[in-house]
Amino acid sequence: MRHLYFPGCTLSTKAKGFAASGEASARALGIDLVELSQWNCCGATFPLAMDNLLALVAPTRILLNAQKEGDHLVALCSICYHVLKRTNRLLREEADKREKINLFIEEEYRGEVRVFHLLGLLRDEIGFETLSQRVQKRFQGLKVAPYYGCLLLRPFQEIGLDDPEEPRILDDFLASLGCEVVEFSHKTECCGSYLTMNSSEVTRELSHAILRSALASGAQAVVTSCPLCQFNLDYRQGEMAAHYPGFAQIPVLYFTQLLGIALGIESDTFGLADHHVDPRPLLREV
Amino acid sequence: MRKVGVFVCHCGRNIAGTVDVERVTEALRSYPGVAYSIDYLYMCSDPGQDLIKEAIAKRDLDGVVVAACSPAMHEITFRRTVAAAGLNPYLCEVANIREQCSWVHRDDMERATLKAIQIIGTIVEKVHHDEPLVPLAVPIARRALIIGGGIAGLQAASDIAAAGYAVILVEREERLGGRMAQLSGTYLNFDSTADLLSEKVEVVTRNPHITVLTRAQVEAVGGYLGDFKVKVRQQGNDKEYEVGAIVVATGYDLYPKERLSEYGGERYPDVIDGLEFERMLSPTGPTAGEVRCPSDGRVPQEVVFVQCAGSRDPERGVSYCSKICCMYTAKQAMMYKMQVPQGQAYIFYIDIRALGKGYEEFTQRAMEEHRVLYLRGKVSKVFPQDGKMMVWGADTLSGKRVEVAADLVVLATPMVPNADAFGLAQKLRVATDEYGFFSEAHPKLRPVESLTAGVYLAGACQAPKDIPEAVTQGGAAAAKVLSLFSQEKITHDPIVAAVDSELCAGCGICVEVCPYEAREIHPLTKVAVVKEVLCQGCGACLVACPNKASHLRNFAPAQIMAMIEALEGG
Amino acid sequence: MVIGGGISGIQAALDIANSGYEVVLVERLPSIGGHMAQLSETFPTLDCSQCILTPRTVEVGHHEKIKLVTYSEVEEVRSQGDDLRVKVRRKPAYVDWERCTGCGLCQEKCPWRVTSDFERGIGERKVIYTLSPQAVPNKPVIDREHCVYFQKGGKCGACAKFCPVEAIDFQQKEEIWEEQVGAIVVATGYDLYPMERLSEYDGGHHPDVIDSLQFERLLSASGPTAGEIRRPSDGAVPKEVVFVQCAGSRDPERGVAYCSQICCMYTAKQALLYKHKVHEGQAYVFYIDIRAGGKGYEEFVQRAMEEERVLYLRGKVSKIFPQNSKVMVWGADTLSGKRVEIAADLVILATAILPSQGAWDLKEKLGIKIDESGFYEEAHPQVRPIESGVPGIYLAGAGQGPKDIPEAVAQGSAAAAKVLALFASEV
Repeated sequence: MRHLYFPGCTLSTKAKGFAASGEASARALGIDLVELSQWNCCGATFPLAMDNLLALVAPTRILLNAQKEGDHLVALCSICYHVLKRTNRLLREEADKREKINLFIEEEYRGEVRVFHLLGLLRDEIGFETLSQRVQKRFQGLKVAPYYGCLLLRPFQEIGLDDPEEPRILDDFLASLGCEVVEFSHKTECCGSYLTMNSSEVTRELSHAILRSALASGAQAVVTSCPLCQFNLDYRQGEMAAHYPGFAQIPVLYFTQLLGIALGIESDTFGLADHHVDPRPLLREV
Repeated sequence: MRKVGVFVCHCGRNIAGTVDVERVTEALRSYPGVAYSIDYLYMCSDPGQDLIKEAIAKRDLDGVVVAACSPAMHEITFRRTVAAAGLNPYLCEVANIREQCSWVHRDDMERATLKAIQIIGTIVEKVHHDEPLVPLAVPIARRALIIGGGIAGLQAASDIAAAGYAVILVEREERLGGRMAQLSGTYLNFDSTADLLSEKVEVVTRNPHITVLTRAQVEAVGGYLGDFKVKVRQQGNDKEYEVGAIVVATGYDLYPKERLSEYGGERYPDVIDGLEFERMLSPTGPTAGEVRCPSDGRVPQEVVFVQCAGSRDPERGVSYCSKICCMYTAKQAMMYKMQVPQGQAYIFYIDIRALGKGYEEFTQRAMEEHRVLYLRGKVSKVFPQDGKMMVWGADTLSGKRVEVAADLVVLATPMVPNADAFGLAQKLRVATDEYGFFSEAHPKLRPVESLTAGVYLAGACQAPKDIPEAVTQGGAAAAKVLSLFSQEKITHDPIVAAVDSELCAGCGICVEVCPYEAREIHPLTKVAVVKEVLCQGCGACLVACPNKASHLRNFAPAQIMAMIEALEGG
Repeated sequence: MVIGGGISGIQAALDIANSGYEVVLVERLPSIGGHMAQLSETFPTLDCSQCILTPRTVEVGHHEKIKLVTYSEVEEVRSQGDDLRVKVRRKPAYVDWERCTGCGLCQEKCPWRVTSDFERGIGERKVIYTLSPQAVPNKPVIDREHCVYFQKGGKCGACAKFCPVEAIDFQQKEEIWEEQVGAIVVATGYDLYPMERLSEYDGGHHPDVIDSLQFERLLSASGPTAGEIRRPSDGAVPKEVVFVQCAGSRDPERGVAYCSQICCMYTAKQALLYKHKVHEGQAYVFYIDIRAGGKGYEEFVQRAMEEERVLYLRGKVSKIFPQNSKVMVWGADTLSGKRVEIAADLVILATAILPSQGAWDLKEKLGIKIDESGFYEEAHPQVRPIESGVPGIYLAGAGQGPKDIPEAVAQGSAAAAKVLALFASEV
């Protein structure tokens, strides 16, 4: 089936492996991801100030472009998904703000496009049971910690993908690949997000707490759907050993990387070599 | 045509200040079918009422219109007056020229006066078409059924039985006592709840007027005020009881812990709810009253109490406040400190709601004498780490994050209606609110009555409440039952639906639309009949009947049309 | 006998009388209804207080089993066997209520106006007066202290001249008689803590610092401003209104140690009603804890905050003083840790609830106990909240402790149940 697809900036630069593995996996599953012919950055934050409508112009343009080419849009990156989904809801439900934004962009968009995350498509269109039958290489015995972070789930009233406190979607997805999914307390805690730019020590601390919790639960790898979470959890491990005695490193993977490998796709383009903590020895092991 | 008398009240300046009452009286005197009209300063006063009685006798009136305040105020007064003069009370109607006229048209006397004449005209037409009616009288079964043997039900039972009436007390569990039986002690004075309760249970079980049915449940409820037929199932056997009144005292459950996933749900043995902690504190509990961590039996040194664990939280729990948690948490923290003096107790709260006599002082004691640490903030997460339960919270007063490594976490989960409540409410035809609590007839003035006649409410089935409130409500519900039982017969307003059997085709639509089960198709005549004592006069059947065979007594279609015509003509 | 004609006493009287027993209802003021008759609208449904109360007062007034004795107080109580002998003293109304039709002409014609207690000092009444147009009984009394006839030796007498039924009786004397009853329900209600004692809050000097019952009268359609919000000093519509909760409550040093229980809710209601009437106005509420414990109460407070944008500030107010045409309020916002200063047009103090003044005397006469705060003490706080400990004497309403209307009503009924059970057991 044809799906309009918004890769976003990071997937075109830093997280090319995320994009490549996601696109290839989708194709293998019969999900035809067609990249939006014209797109721009989504802004990468949903403004918390109620009157900051200018920040919504960029995502509105993306949605408007999507409307010209189809009726729904798929994202891979949690942040892009979050921003597009919330902007779309606001344009659909808040008439006065919609009017202002439409006046500004000099076009009419009313929030008609539906926004999906690839995980949602896998769960609701393919189904995890079907997916499980399509798996060629099962990750038998691989203990993974599903890390959701914040933006994929919250605020629940606007995103509505899964329970914000006890989500299942990534757990069930990983289980369908044959992984042993571990329960860990920090699966929806914040990694520090953009604080990585100017307060890296905060990000380090928060990310460490997440990894520590995953490690304590016996995980061998952490899996995420967000390039920024991946960066914080993976890259910051370089400093963690110095700050937290006894800290053991752990690979942080995108869910699509595991999916692609499980579907038997050649992983050369998946960017596995670009990770700070190399996941390849572990993947070879299983 | 009737000889109608019109009595126009000045209500001091209330009406006469805006409406030219003399002109109104004059105008009505020449109104068709009006035999007499007069005005007076206060019709409701004794001389005013005498005026009406006198006129009925002298002028041989057989219909009365009193133009005065809202019928909600004085309809009963004036109907009593005409009854005393020998006239059927339902031939007296009140025309509201105060709330619906003088009070709302203060600045326009001319139009207010004309409107008053019109209003009275319509009511004159109504009286012409009114039938003399007799209130329906129903005998009363002077026996009460109480559903629920917790403290509220016990109180209601003992108060009703003390007045000499028979009571049937239905309890689902094996023993009486309800939730109170699970508690360790009361707040304020740490009295043993077991002792207080056993005294009450003793009073109930010893009273020969009270039949206690334990392990029993209400299966079906039929009948109506004064004559309910309740089927009770006790250990597989059904028995029907005829009772005149029902008190619902089904109490509460706690919100399921497993739905609070941010606090670990059911996952961690050392995260318990308020009632579990009560059992732990209770001398008859699993640890014989000693506070121990369920995981390994150690004495907890750091205990965190989480208030509003699901209350006041429309997203993750319920939006209402559970009312009792602030107090029992203070009590639990104090009892813990008395047992483990070197231990530390923390209480996370949003507001300390110490709502009762001596309650404020009690929470102050917890803080000052027992050094319980109160932290104003919500707890965001509870999770295990290094053999402890980590509690993440906020202290909104310092604006800081707080992290406590606790041995034991006690969640004050919300009170929710008992799981059986909804089904029972349907059987009783009693309304519940959006959360499933039984709805009272009026939140201020009728807190223990339901809107279903003869069904009363007591205790936490109506909303979260503590022991003294439940006891008070139990007593209040008993008062309602006793008032009812003191009547010779129950009278029921005769403004009920009636069926013209000539027009009725027996289609049964009215049977389906009637919300009070006041209709059936007669098995022999195959036309609809009205069970008058159940009928509340709502009029749903009138609208539904395709043949216009249904009408409401004294609100017949011809009558209403005549009233409308009077309005248009005037 | 029910002592006190507020909502709790009314409920007890009706429940007993409706069960076929005779009730003597004694009320200190000329008419019944208590504080509820002074209120504007009630939380959380915003029903008009007077409208839901009047059917009850009228029912009492007409009830053939209820002997309504107003303008009267209990003088002495003796027990005799199972019975209680109660001496009742009725103040002279100087109006023969048997003759009086309640026409109201005397009040219209009386040329003298004085400050009204019922209006809490912010409205006036005539010297011959009823508490309200809906008074039950609707019979006036003459305020002897302010009456020119009494004070200036027979001058005036306008009321007597105009009375169509010659009901004015300047010679009327007080009456004392004895009632023989089987049980007593004590429902004497509450007073508010006097503003004069709250010196840090201006001690009742400034006209625009008022207490919550005064504000109820301002909100009430039957009040001195016919429900319009106008500040007492100059009649201006106040644009900045500050509500101070716990004004004397929860304050063992300056006021009382206990919580008055109802202020959180009525303040939320008052702030909400203010916003309904003055849309562009700003309402501030200073609080320690928001105690919204009843059914629908939490949701009601949320509504005040979210829909009506009432600004809640968690902190105590330290000082209130006049400055230019405003009233300055110094407070703290403990959540931001900042001092707050508001130049208000009107300040409403939610002053503490005190037991009614007569409670101390009455407990002596009845031989019942009161606690350290002056409220009647119940036999057991949990399981016997209605019983006084003295056989045949029961407690209802705010005399036992601060409580709101539904609680007072439930207690009134519960006390009635005790009386009914007692009477039944004696038969």
